[in-house]
Amino acid sequence: MIWGVLQFPGSCDERDALHACEVAHGEARLVWHEDRDLSGIDAVVVPGGFSYGDYLRAGAIARFSPAMEAVAEFAAAGGPVLGICNGFQVLCEAGLLPGALLRNQELRFVCRQVELVAEGSSEEVLSIPAKHGEGRYYAAEEVLDELEGNGQVAYRYAPGHNFNGSARDIAGVRNEAGNVVGLMPHPEHAVDPLTGSTDGLRVFEAVAAAGARA
Amino acid sequence: MSVETSKHRELGLTDAEFGLICEKLGREPNDVELAMFSLLWSEHCAYKHSRKLLGKLPTEGERVLMGPGENAGAVSVGNGYAVAFKVESHNHPSAVEPFEGAATGVGGIMRDVFAIGARPIALLNSLRFGELDSARSRHLLDGAVRGIGHYGNSIGVATVGGEIYFEDPYEHNCLVNAMCIGLAKSEDMVRAAAAGVGNAVVLMGASTGRDGIGGASVLASAELGEGDSDKRPTVQIGDPFEESKVLECCLELLEKGLLVSLQDLGAAGLTSSAGEMASAGGVGIDIDVARVPLREPDMEPFEIMVSESQERMLAVVEPARVAEVLAVCEKWQTGSAEIGVVTDSGQIRILRGGEVVGEMPVEALVDGCPLYDIEPGEPEGWTYGNRATLAAGASAEDELLALLAAPSIASKRWAFEQYDAVVGSRTVRRPESAEAAVLQLPEAGNAIAVSIDGNGRRVACDPHAGTIEAVLECAQNLACVGAEPLGLTNCLNFGNPEKPLPAWQLDRAVSALAEACTALGVPVVGGNVSLYNEGPDGPIYPTPVVSMVGELPDPAQVAGNAFAAAGDAIGLIGPFAPTLAGSELAKQRGELALGLPQPDIAAVAAACATVREAVRAGRLACAHDVSDGGFAVALAECAIGAGLGARVDLQPLRDRGCSPEEALFGEGSGGFLVSGERAELDALGAVYLGEVGGTTIEIAAGDRSLVVGLDGAESAWRSLPAQAEHRGA
Repeated sequence: MIWGVLQFPGSCDERDALHACEVAHGEARLVWHEDRDLSGIDAVVVPGGFSYGDYLRAGAIARFSPAMEAVAEFAAAGGPVLGICNGFQVLCEAGLLPGALLRNQELRFVCRQVELVAEGSSEEVLSIPAKHGEGRYYAAEEVLDELEGNGQVAYRYAPGHNFNGSARDIAGVRNEAGNVVGLMPHPEHAVDPLTGSTDGLRVFEAVAAAGARA
Repeated sequence: MSVETSKHRELGLTDAEFGLICEKLGREPNDVELAMFSLLWSEHCAYKHSRKLLGKLPTEGERVLMGPGENAGAVSVGNGYAVAFKVESHNHPSAVEPFEGAATGVGGIMRDVFAIGARPIALLNSLRFGELDSARSRHLLDGAVRGIGHYGNSIGVATVGGEIYFEDPYEHNCLVNAMCIGLAKSEDMVRAAAAGVGNAVVLMGASTGRDGIGGASVLASAELGEGDSDKRPTVQIGDPFEESKVLECCLELLEKGLLVSLQDLGAAGLTSSAGEMASAGGVGIDIDVARVPLREPDMEPFEIMVSESQERMLAVVEPARVAEVLAVCEKWQTGSAEIGVVTDSGQIRILRGGEVVGEMPVEALVDGCPLYDIEPGEPEGWTYGNRATLAAGASAEDELLALLAAPSIASKRWAFEQYDAVVGSRTVRRPESAEAAVLQLPEAGNAIAVSIDGNGRRVACDPHAGTIEAVLECAQNLACVGAEPLGLTNCLNFGNPEKPLPAWQLDRAVSALAEACTALGVPVVGGNVSLYNEGPDGPIYPTPVVSMVGELPDPAQVAGNAFAAAGDAIGLIGPFAPTLAGSELAKQRGELALGLPQPDIAAVAAACATVREAVRAGRLACAHDVSDGGFAVALAECAIGAGLGARVDLQPLRDRGCSPEEALFGEGSGGFLVSGERAELDALGAVYLGEVGGTTIEIAAGDRSLVVGLDGAESAWRSLPAQAEHRGA
């Protein structure tokens, strides 16, 4: 499996994401933000950071990049896409995922190991670091109802771990087709027992599995 | 008095210095030249009151690859890799505008590190504020923490450690010292010397504006006073996105071998970077200010030369490679312009188009500033005042809780959770989970540990003993994670060196730093000096912040600083014989006075070696350096971290001559609180004190024996957020 990791000016976690993809499954390469060519890529990661400085609004500029145009086509064709933190914000701005990420309720950046519950049959609990200032998931009540009804909530913060005030403890969502997933915590920083946990690998494996089904 | 003479005084030059400049030029300087001289001859750039003292520091070592004088120091970590590190102050800008001051402090220290070709992999910081019952201190703390987080988080470099102390003497003059650690292939590191007559001088990064004009002389080299808000325009504004692009751009340029040399633009902007590059290379440089990309079109040549606009780098490039360099800058969407040329004139020439607007010998500008002897005056007694906050007759339990809640001792989680500690996938120990930050280096096949320390109150009590203690605390913290020191850097934060007391403190502290580093065999690979840290009430506590980087072979063998299991034995290693002098308890009782016992460096070094080897061999479950608040606080921290109580008897410390209070709360070097199997502790020569377990902290210490519930201890230790945000007050 070949992963493509987008790289914008201002990306921070792209090298860690590259490494995590390699630990998870096979090869990975960076895709420059001006590049539209995703040929040969089986799954895309839109990584964390502060794309284009996140000026204006987090993810608001990156969504217009040539690479994101290619990602939109890739996703429409059923290709698996994982957005992490800023990548989640970019996917929401691009309309590939529902909802929006607002400033944390305490109005501070927070870096903390959190527990996530992977929604679905296993109800697996994952320990993964989160680090962001704008990670409060928001959507209109009827949209939230719809997401829950469709099984589009991918990850929730375990009780006591929703530090940013996200609606219904939502940490990550997927699109209706299930091939595009975004979450605020950072699975790419949880692939090595020495740095705290290897639970992040489950997130990459789930994306790969979604790609295999599509 | 002529207009000219008053102008040089306004810029911070003495009449004698102005006379010397006229002599070296053979004429009076024009405005451009005067502005440039005033900055490079400022304390901040010329180190004119400290350079003579700094010569005492040991700088040589087998592992040293770059020492003082380069943008950052660097030591070999094996397998062809080097670790670069430096700490620098941004005190005065932060006291005026804490968010931007702290943010640009972080940005500046990162540029120093990537200027030598090292990728920044970690940040630390050392902060000092007034007490948290002051609204001003809370404002400065909040702004500085946000600023540090904003810059480091946005650029994607992990902030892995640091320390914060709160003391009245920092009320008006807070300290913000930022540290950066970088990793490079040893063979790829570059020096900052300009070379190659005819080579191009290329300015990269942000455009040049009027921000920070005169920052080095106005802010960094004079005391703060009333009306400092007028100085706000001299504080620089940071843009981490710009820095992120410049960083990646510079690393790509260096990797492709396109640069002859590289230098960051910090204090005094183009003036110091061009001057220092020319001086280091023994060449001249011509700069055409008309070719510098500007934010405002009508800037004067002197403004362009002294602007401290952030996120700029200066490179020397062979003419044939300029086009390639500009193309890489274009790729990273960062500015670039060929603004000058390396010459053999030995002069810095400033041109505007075809017109020469300034011309000075490099030697006079960069190295011509006179160096001064300081005139130390030993004080007759304690000059900083005392403020008792602890009720007389408090019980030992109340004293322990008051110490745990003291903002300097309480958990700093509120602050460090605002920093990204995990980006880069190297952080093996996050803040407060071990005595030093630990970063794995898969490239080199090992790991490094970093600690940053400096208790100004103890240095104020005794500049000699206090400074040695700071160095020893770093060494002890490294030992707790199994690391052996490779090198030390420092930031010397002191008051006005032209006054007897700060001069005495500086003189004694630098001698002690030299003594401790020489005795430990740890080379000083770099440093920074910040003087004139004073408020209306006088100087800050003398604050030598020292940081050590150490190496450990196996990042999987790192002891934590919390107990591991009930039933483990608790022991003490090291020549620890604490007293209340200069302690946190003495501060809270309002009993601070001059004088500390002199530490036994050799005995502490031996204890460090014992602990280091035991940790590397996996023989200790927990290792905690005993420092602020003494043994009782260290024990409580080990217990709170684990959610496990402990029961100990401090009779062995009583046997060393300590009173019950000294055994509980006394401070001094050389104490390691360790836990593990009893047989292992005995074999290591640890003094057995008791056992881990239960839900209380029980300490037998004669008539001051105490029992405190774990919950109560934890809520006191975690009270910083309420104090910092003034909740419930």
